[in-house]
Amino acid sequence: MLRVALSRLGTAVPSLIGVVVVTFLLTRVLPGDTATYFAGPVASAEAIAQIRAQLGLDQTLPVQFGRYVADLARGDLGTSLGTGQPVLHEIATRLPASAELTLSGLLLAALAAVPLGILAALRQGSWVDHLCRVVTTAGVSLPVFFTGLLAVYVFYFLLGWAPSPVGRLDAFATAPPAVTNFLLIDSLLAGDTETFLAALSQIALPALTLALFALAPLARITRASMLAALDSEFIRTARASGLNRRTIVLTYAFRNAMLPVVTTLGMVFSFLLGANVLVEKVFAWPGIGSYAVEALIASDFAPVQGFVLTMAVLYIALNLAIDLLYGLIDPRAKEG
Amino acid sequence: MSAVPLLDVRDLTVEFATRRGTVRAVERVDLSIGKGETLAVVGESGSGKSVTSYAVMRILDRAGRIAAGTVTFSGMALRDLPEGEMRDLRGWEISMIFQNPRAALNPIRPVGRQIEDVLLQHGQAGRGNARARAVEVLESVRIARPAERYHAYPFELSGGMCQRVVIALALACRPQLLIADEPTTGLDVTTQKSVMELVTELTRARGMSTLLITHDLGLAAAYCDRVVVMEKGRVVETASASAIFRAPSHAYTRRLMRATPRPGAGLRDLLPEGAAPFPPAPIPGAPLLVVEGLVKEYPRAGGSLLGRLAGRAPAEAPFRAVDGIGFEIRRGESVGLVGESGCGKSTTSMMIMRLLDPTAGRIAFDGEDIGAIPARRFASSAARRRIQMVFQDPTDSLNPRHSAARAIADPIRRLGTLRGAALAARVEELASLVGLPAALLDRFPHQLSGGQKARVGIARAIALNPELVVLDEPTAALDVSVQAVVLNLLHELKLRLGMSYLFVSHDLNVVRLLCDRVLVMRAGAIVEEGPVERVLGNPAAAYTRELLAAIPHPPA
Amino acid sequence: MPENPALALPRPSAAGNLLRHARYVLAGNPVTAFSFLLLLFLLGCALLGPSLVPHDPQASNALRALQAPSAQHLFGTDQLGRDILSRVVVATRLDLGIAFFSVALVFAVGGLAGVAAGFFGGWTDRIVGRLADTIMAFPLFVLAMGVVAALGNTVTNIVIATAVVNFPLYARIARGEALVRRNAGYVQAARLTGNGELRILLTTILPNILPIMAVQMSLTMGYAILNAAGLSFIGLGVRPPTPEWGIMVAEGASFIVSGEWWVALFPGLALMLAVFCFNLLGDGLRDIVDPQRRT
Repeated sequence: MLRVALSRLGTAVPSLIGVVVVTFLLTRVLPGDTATYFAGPVASAEAIAQIRAQLGLDQTLPVQFGRYVADLARGDLGTSLGTGQPVLHEIATRLPASAELTLSGLLLAALAAVPLGILAALRQGSWVDHLCRVVTTAGVSLPVFFTGLLAVYVFYFLLGWAPSPVGRLDAFATAPPAVTNFLLIDSLLAGDTETFLAALSQIALPALTLALFALAPLARITRASMLAALDSEFIRTARASGLNRRTIVLTYAFRNAMLPVVTTLGMVFSFLLGANVLVEKVFAWPGIGSYAVEALIASDFAPVQGFVLTMAVLYIALNLAIDLLYGLIDPRAKEG
Repeated sequence: MSAVPLLDVRDLTVEFATRRGTVRAVERVDLSIGKGETLAVVGESGSGKSVTSYAVMRILDRAGRIAAGTVTFSGMALRDLPEGEMRDLRGWEISMIFQNPRAALNPIRPVGRQIEDVLLQHGQAGRGNARARAVEVLESVRIARPAERYHAYPFELSGGMCQRVVIALALACRPQLLIADEPTTGLDVTTQKSVMELVTELTRARGMSTLLITHDLGLAAAYCDRVVVMEKGRVVETASASAIFRAPSHAYTRRLMRATPRPGAGLRDLLPEGAAPFPPAPIPGAPLLVVEGLVKEYPRAGGSLLGRLAGRAPAEAPFRAVDGIGFEIRRGESVGLVGESGCGKSTTSMMIMRLLDPTAGRIAFDGEDIGAIPARRFASSAARRRIQMVFQDPTDSLNPRHSAARAIADPIRRLGTLRGAALAARVEELASLVGLPAALLDRFPHQLSGGQKARVGIARAIALNPELVVLDEPTAALDVSVQAVVLNLLHELKLRLGMSYLFVSHDLNVVRLLCDRVLVMRAGAIVEEGPVERVLGNPAAAYTRELLAAIPHPPA
Repeated sequence: MPENPALALPRPSAAGNLLRHARYVLAGNPVTAFSFLLLLFLLGCALLGPSLVPHDPQASNALRALQAPSAQHLFGTDQLGRDILSRVVVATRLDLGIAFFSVALVFAVGGLAGVAAGFFGGWTDRIVGRLADTIMAFPLFVLAMGVVAALGNTVTNIVIATAVVNFPLYARIARGEALVRRNAGYVQAARLTGNGELRILLTTILPNILPIMAVQMSLTMGYAILNAAGLSFIGLGVRPPTPEWGIMVAEGASFIVSGEWWVALFPGLALMLAVFCFNLLGDGLRDIVDPQRRT
C-alpha cells in the first residue's frame, strides 16, 4: 500500500512542476510592462524601477524563474499592494473559510446526489428517474452566482429566514476559539450552540448554492454508472445465483458503480473550487476567492498569482487523495 | 429418462419490447429434461436459445417478458412463483454458468467472498464456517491452492480458471439442474475440453441434470444425451444425440450438420446441395514468401523511471511474442497457421502483412526482403499491392462511413490505375466474383449481413490481384452455415486467381479443409509443420496431439 | 442494437435524405426538437436583436431608474434607467459569440492535437498529454481567471481563456477516439490499400470522430457561456456599459437585498435559458450519434 501511495505521489510531481511553470509564465506574458503592473496603477516611475529591480525583471528568464522557485520554497508569494500584507499570510488566514464552504457544499451534494442517482437507476422511468433527469440537466445550466442571488432574494428578502448575506458570522456573535478554523466544528468543540447556529445560518445558503451546482454531475454519473453496473454480466450471475436484492444492489452493483463516481470527484472539485470564487463574491464570504476577486479589481497581481498557485496545489492534493481512495476500492488499480 | 421430467417447458413464448414494437425472440418452445439427463439446445445466433434459458430462470432483462407458456420444475410452476421463492430457487435448485467467465464475476470482490455470498444466501454455511466451505467448493472444481485463490480477484486469474470459479459458484449449493450458456465459447480448445470434462464429471457424480446451450453441434453431440435444435425462436427438432447425427430429420438440422466442419468431409460437403466438385489444385510452384528467424519482442510494463523510484523491480527482459520462426509459402499454396490464443500467430501475420515491424529476422517476398522496409513506409512500396489481407471481424474491418462499393474500390484508387466507368465496372466484376449482388454495392456496412460484409472484405482483398493473401480467422465471427459458404468461396477464388494463402486459425477442422500445409505454433515457436493430412492424421508433436484430442468428437 | 433507425440514414450526399432524417429524429425526441427551436430563437436574437429592441440599450435616464417591470419596460429598468429587455436581447450576440469562438478555437486546436496524439502516439502523445495534464492540474475557472488577469482584461482574452481551459477535454476525447480506431480493422485495411498514415488520419479517422466531437461542441457551448459570464461577473473581460448577461447580473446583485429583483433576474434567466438550450441539444445529439452512451 505504501508503495502504491509513493508511486501516486510520484505522478503528482510533474503536475506540480507544470503548475509552477504556468504560474510563472502567467506573470511574464502580461501585456505591457510587468513591473508597472505589479507596482499598481498609481505608482511613480521610481517605484516602478524599484519594483523592477526587486522582481529581478532585468535578469534573463531562467534566472527569474530560479528566483521565483527560490521564493516559493521560502514560502514567499509576494506582498499584496492593497493590504500591504504578505500574500501567503493572507491566504493562510482566509483558506479555512473557503475550505469549510467548499466541503460543506460537496458533502450536501454527495448526500443528495448519490441516493438520487441510485434510486433513478433502480427505478428507471419512474418519477425519481425523471426528477433526476430534470435536476441534472437544470443543475448544469444554472449559473452559480445567479442561483446564489435568487436564494438571497427568496430566503433573505422575501421570507426573512436567512441572515444578511455578509460573511461567516454576524457582528453580534463571537468567534469560537480556533482549533480547526472551521467555525462549525470549532463552535461545537467549544460547546457553544449559539455560535454554531449563527455560523450554520450564515453558511446554509452559500453551501446550498454550491451543493446545487455540484449535485448535477454527481447525480448524473451515479445514475449512469449504476445503470451500467446493473446491466453487467456479473450482476446476471449474482441474480442467477439467487442472491437477494440488497446484496445485489449494495455489495455488487453499488461498489462497482462507485468507481466512476470517485473518478468524477476530481472534475467536481475543479468545478466547485471555481464556483467557490463566485459564491464567495455573492455572499461576501471572507475566503481566498473573494480575496482574489478584490485583488483582480484593484489590478493587484501578486495575490492573484498566489491564489491561482494555492488553488492548483490544493487541487493536486485533492486529486492525489482521490487516487488513493480509488486504489482502496479497486484492487486492479494496485497493479497500475 | 424418468416419466416425470425435472424441468418441463411447454409453449414458451418470450417477447421483447423494442423501439420498433414487440419482437418475439422465442415462440412456442417445448423442451424437457429428465433427472440426471444432459440436454443440449443448439442453434445459430438469433435462434433464441439463450433467451429460453433466461426465461426459465426468470432473469430476462427489463424489456423481455414471458408472454405465454408454462415452465414446470419439480412439479412447481415457475412462471407463477412469487419472486422471493423464485430467488431462493436460483443457485439452490437451478443454477447457471455463462459465456465470458471473467465478466461473469464481480471484478472488485475476491472470488472466495463471492462463493461465500451464495453459500450464506442459501443457508449452506454460517458466518463461522463460510470461508472453510468456500475453500472446499473451490477445491471441488480442482483449483490448485484453493486457500490462496480464495483471496484472488478475477483479473488475477486466467479465463479457464475464472470459468472454474463460475462453475464453483453454480455448484456450491448442489443444485439439481445446471444451465450452461455457451460455457466454453471464447476459450481455447484445450481449456474447453478441461472445463467440459469438469462439468460432466461433477454433474454426473451428483446426479444432476444439465442444459447445455451452444452453437457448436460437435460439443453438443460429444457431451449430451439429447439435442434440441432451434431456429429463429422455434424448436425444429428434438432427438437423441446419436440419432440426430445419424439421421437428422429436419431440413435445418441437416443443413447445420452439413455445414459443420468435421473430419472426412471436404469443402463441398459443407454446402447444402452438391455443387460441382473443385478442379484439382495445381502443384505449388516456386517459393513466394520465405520467412527466416522472425522475432518480435515487446518491452514489459513497469520499466518506467518513476516506477523504479517508487521501489519497483528494474525492467525485466522483453517478452518474446514470436521467437525466431521460419517457414515458406509457395505460389498457389495454402498454408495454415494454427495455435491457441497468445501463441503469436496474429503477431506473425501482422509482421508478414507489414503492419508491424519485426525485432529481427527476414521476410523475403518474391526474393525481396520486405521485412527491412519500415511498416509506416510500406504503404508506398511496390510490394504493397501484392500482399493483401482478409480480417477476422467483417464489421470492424469496414469503414462505417463508406459504402460497399467504395470499400472495394479503395485499393484500386490508391494503388491501381482504373478510374471512372472502368473502375465501376471492375468493382461490379469483383462483387460478382465474391457473390455479392450488385444491388448491395450502395449499402453501408450496417445495412449488410455478416456474410455479405465478409464478401466485401474478400472483394477488397483481391481487388488488386494480390499474389499472397493473409486470412486472419476470416470466419471466426460467422455462423457455421455462413462459414461454409465463405470457405468455399475462398477456395474457389484461390483456384481461379492462382493466389497463395496464409490462413491463420485456431480451428483445426477449418484448416484441414482449406490448407495444403499447416504450421502449429505454441508460445512463439513452430512446434510442428507438414502436409495437412499428415500433421492432423498422424501428428508428431505432443502438443498437436493434445490440440486434436481436445476437439469435441461426436459419439461413434 | 445495430438496427438503430437513427444510425441507419445519414448519407453525406443526399441533402433531402438528411432533412427527412432530421425531421424523423426530432419527431421522436420532443425535447431535442424544443431545444432546437430555442436555439433558433437565440440565434434570431443574436442576429436581429439589436434592430428589433424597443429601446436603445445604452440610453440612460435617471428619472426612470430602477422601475419595476411595466407595459413600457417589460423587464423593468436598471439603476441608470436603461431598458433591461433591450439590454438582455442585445447581449445575446456578445455572449453567444464569445462562447462560439472559444469552442471553435478549442475544437480546432484541441481536437487536432488529440487526434494526432492518439493516432501517432510516441512523442506527440507525450507532449499533448503533458500539456493537457498541466492545464487539468488547475481548477478550470481559476485558471481562466489567471489567464485573463495575465493577458489583459479584454473580450478576446476571455475567448482564449475559455478555449485554454477546455483544451484537455477536447484533446482527451479526440485522443481516446483516435486511439481505439488506430488499429481498428478498417484502418488496417486502409493501410493495406496503400494509404499513408497522414492520409488515413485525415480521410479515415477524422470523419469517424467528427460526429462525436460535434456533440462535445454543443455540450461545451453551455459551459463556455457560463465561464464567460462568470468571468464578467467578477469584473473580468467585458466592461460596463456594454450589455452582457454576467455583468448585468453583477450590477443587479446589489439591488437584490433591497428587493429590486428584476435587475438581476432577467439577464440571469437569459443566461440560464441559453445554457439549458445547448445542454439539451448536446444530450439530444449524443443520443442520435451514439445511442450506446445514452445516460
